[in-house]
Amino acid sequence: MAVSATTPLQLSGESSTRTSGQLLRIDPLLMFAAVALSACSIVVLHALNVPPYAGEYKRQAIFAGLGIVVALVISRFDYSRLRELRYVLYGLTILLNLAVFAFPAPGGSAGASQRRIPLPGFSFQSSVFCMVLLILALSAFAVERSRRVGEHRTIARILLLGLIPAMIVMAQPDLGDALIYGVISVAVLFFWGTSWKHLAALAALVVAATVIVLTVAPTVGVHVLKPYQTARLTTFLNPNCNPNRDTYCYQLHEGLIALGSGQKTGTGPARASQATGGFIPEADSDFIFATVGEMYGFVGAAVVISLYALLIWRTLRIVMIAKNLYGTLIAGGILAMFMYQIFVTIGMNMGIMPVTGIPLPLIAYGGSSVVTTFIAIGLLQSIHVQARMSSAGKARALIV
Amino acid sequence: MLGPTPADDRTPPMTPQLALRVAFVGGLALLMFAVIFFRLWFLQVLTGSQYAAQAQSQTVLSIPVPAPRGEIVDASGQPLVQSVPVPSIQIAPRSLPGGGATLDLQLKQPVVIPQAAEVVMARLAKLLGMSDAPTRCTYTVYIANKGPQVSHVQLSPIACLVAQSVAQSQYGNATVKTDVPTYIQDYIGERQTEFPGVVSQDTYQLKYTLGTAGAQLFGYLSQVTPAEIKDKIYKSVQAGDVVGQSGLEEQYNQYLQGVDGSEGVKVNAQGQFEGYAKATAPLVGDTLKLSLNAALEKVGQQALATSIKANSSLGADGGSFVAMDPQNGQIYAMGSNPTYNPASIANGIPTKEWSYLNNPANHEPLLNRAIQGAFPDGSTFKPVTATAALETGVWKLGETFNDYPGRLFCLPGAPCLSNAGHANYGVVDLQTAIEVSDDEFFYNLGRLLNGNPANYPKGFPLQAWARRYGLGQVTGVDLPGESPGLIGSPTLQTALWKQELECQNATGPYKGDPKHPAVMGDFGNEVLSGGCGIANASYWTIDDNVETGVGQYDDQVTPIQLAVVYSAVENGGTIVTPHIGSEIQSPTGTLVQNINPAPKRKLNINPAYLAAIQQGLYLAAKGPQGTSTDVMSSLPLPVYGKTGSAELNATPNGPTDGWYACYVPGTATRKPIVVVVDIERGGYGTSSAAPVARQILSQFYFGKPGPMVGLG
Repeated sequence: MAVSATTPLQLSGESSTRTSGQLLRIDPLLMFAAVALSACSIVVLHALNVPPYAGEYKRQAIFAGLGIVVALVISRFDYSRLRELRYVLYGLTILLNLAVFAFPAPGGSAGASQRRIPLPGFSFQSSVFCMVLLILALSAFAVERSRRVGEHRTIARILLLGLIPAMIVMAQPDLGDALIYGVISVAVLFFWGTSWKHLAALAALVVAATVIVLTVAPTVGVHVLKPYQTARLTTFLNPNCNPNRDTYCYQLHEGLIALGSGQKTGTGPARASQATGGFIPEADSDFIFATVGEMYGFVGAAVVISLYALLIWRTLRIVMIAKNLYGTLIAGGILAMFMYQIFVTIGMNMGIMPVTGIPLPLIAYGGSSVVTTFIAIGLLQSIHVQARMSSAGKARALIV
Repeated sequence: MLGPTPADDRTPPMTPQLALRVAFVGGLALLMFAVIFFRLWFLQVLTGSQYAAQAQSQTVLSIPVPAPRGEIVDASGQPLVQSVPVPSIQIAPRSLPGGGATLDLQLKQPVVIPQAAEVVMARLAKLLGMSDAPTRCTYTVYIANKGPQVSHVQLSPIACLVAQSVAQSQYGNATVKTDVPTYIQDYIGERQTEFPGVVSQDTYQLKYTLGTAGAQLFGYLSQVTPAEIKDKIYKSVQAGDVVGQSGLEEQYNQYLQGVDGSEGVKVNAQGQFEGYAKATAPLVGDTLKLSLNAALEKVGQQALATSIKANSSLGADGGSFVAMDPQNGQIYAMGSNPTYNPASIANGIPTKEWSYLNNPANHEPLLNRAIQGAFPDGSTFKPVTATAALETGVWKLGETFNDYPGRLFCLPGAPCLSNAGHANYGVVDLQTAIEVSDDEFFYNLGRLLNGNPANYPKGFPLQAWARRYGLGQVTGVDLPGESPGLIGSPTLQTALWKQELECQNATGPYKGDPKHPAVMGDFGNEVLSGGCGIANASYWTIDDNVETGVGQYDDQVTPIQLAVVYSAVENGGTIVTPHIGSEIQSPTGTLVQNINPAPKRKLNINPAYLAAIQQGLYLAAKGPQGTSTDVMSSLPLPVYGKTGSAELNATPNGPTDGWYACYVPGTATRKPIVVVVDIERGGYGTSSAAPVARQILSQFYFGKPGPMVGLG
């Protein structure tokens, strides 16, 4: 270990000019995308200011403000130092996800099942927060073993490290977030440099597992997933389902009606009957994209999608320019998390993806998700700042 | 610089391998964004209008507002049935205190009425003088895919009305009481805090200006049933609509119905009220103008009742009349007795009233006997027999029959027959036979007209002529439920014999009924005693044809059919289509449609033969020996009329129906009329039916009914 264990998790205050220089070195487009998406979220939630969503826009604004500050603060630190804390981070991932079992599962229909840790004035969804912790920890473990990229054992070990918290989250039960943990694990392996052969084997394994879980196991009487979970994953494949009988079919159906009825320019907030009349299920979170589509039409939805495209492009770019492997892996994990959340959630709203309770980053209402996403943005900015500083240093050295 | 960088950090960040992988993920992202964009374009731009329509349909409920029914007016435009607003008290279920009366389909008792609402209803009951005691209440909730759910609960009468209304529609008002004094409306209006949810509003009710006269003509209304809605007559009717269920209200429902308006109500996903959307005003139904003469209708109905009462000692218990233009079939008046008050059942039928009206012991007041009461018509059938005899040539004009004193009409194997009261009329020709109603003369014609293949290769001429005159089939009058009647014939005999055997042995349609054993003849083809009395033999005899020729036994004729027969005699053989509607008018009075059904056919009858029959009919009403001369001679009109006294069964001195069929021809007046009267169990036609016809004629031509002549 080259880095001194005593070095605190902050940059030694070399000079105030350095700090202001650092702020200038953040990626302005990435920041713009994140802040603009948050602004969109507040606008939509403000338009959706009816029970049971009344007042959410204010809380969302507070979360976003808090998130921006957190992101800016994080961008000032060198993420590389977090590598040392990998055991702590991994331990926290496991602990926080286990902690929710101390609190009762929310009542209501099967499906609205994310467990939370109730805090005064705020309930904390640990499975979401821990996504970032897992990215940091897994990336660190991967960097540790970066000289043994080709080894089966290493791949298996990293996968296992990812699967343990995923299993815990699945037991909460939160299938959607558990799948994100899996995606993060695969993404870290992917950018780490796992060979295409191994990746192909892994893909084959995933396909086989899916087939077994969804079709083979139930026919022999083994139910890995609860029936409602299977229904969530498969309903979208059946366009002729009956919305009067099947909850997920109803949700998909209502989402499509709302989204489609926005047409080119939207109904406007005042006439968005599907969102404000309660026809869209979870119009503030899981199906908020349908709300956007109904209120602001193709134009509004396209703006949101464009901002996500900007977010993904800047994240991809940070994956490339990171000054070290750790940065690459963190950025890669975050990229996978974003892409999965964006495509699965928007796809679900459009009836082409399974019904999973995954928040749409920055747009969906929810403190845990917004703050976690901004933590991820902060980490990306930190990677960006460090990369720019290191290349600037090199440049300065060349000039001198 | 920060000093020496850690060894692991020195890994070059941008290897070709990483570049490939970033490109791979970038390509994946690009692909996904493309999919999302195109899907979004498809959903919102290409097919967005479909989804917008779906969104609209699930957020705006359309609550039907029933249209006021169109008026029915008589020939002079005088209203007979009117939809008039009456001051009423209603309850708006949603505005009741305690959250309002609402539907909760999860419950056994799906309509939920809060305690606070019951207090208001109790207060209202006291004010309106209604009971507050819980009684059995039944209401039906219709649920898509589940069908009707019927609930029986104990509720106060007002709460029951509210529950029934909510079960039907959560948004409509429940009418608690109609025709309330205006001071009650004012009292409630001034005390809205005491009566939250109670509304003073006018509701539409049907008003009948003729009272009980012609009740069956107009018919009653009630909510359409799911089975009825498929009926062609109810086209453009929607579930829940109130429609005409009989009479003209049913026949002309599509015009009288109007077009329901709607009230748009915005709701959320839970079906909760969120505001009002676009409303459409209802369009009042068209006006149905009849050929009916209101004054004549009243006089006829009154005379009918008087005659039935006067002959009640003979067993008279019902009857009917029809007055019609013999040249085009326009009905001037039509009545049936016993009758009922249509207003009492038009706006919701009380159960008690309904069971009274349907109890056979009360002689079925709902029945329109003029079109539904098919009975043997006795001697009024004779013009048909006369036509058949002359046209087939079995009897010649001027040919005579010697009805010598003491003559009986005897056929082998059958009891001898005589004239009524064992009279004999000497040597008679056809005209005289009609004038005096010589039965033995017509028995003879019946014998001659029996379907002997040697004489009649084409079958049975009497039955053929009866059919040509329109008997044994519906006339096509514009009223629902018309009876086709029957004409005795070998085919009918075979059908009746089959029924008789089934009834005796309790098989076929009689399965489950008690058996009716009979003593049968040697060949098992005739009943000697016992049995059901539907038919007494399997075979047709000359005697049967003889009886058919004088309108007895199996002949079943309705007054409207007989009116068509006598119209044909009057007008030279045209079989008119009787109709009571004359025009459909828009509510503002412009013509929508003329009702002018074409005649069914024109019979080819030798005018000389018709003239002879007409002369016989004239003599029967005006001649020295005419059967109704007593009644008609003092009426200064050229009346052509025939009495009928039909035995209802073979019992000697059993009950007889009294008939009278007559006309004043178009050759004598510009307003010809045909009148048919039937008094069930009224005895002789001359003393029961003819006096009623006389008053109808008098009213029609002189504007006053004049005296009741020759009654009883």
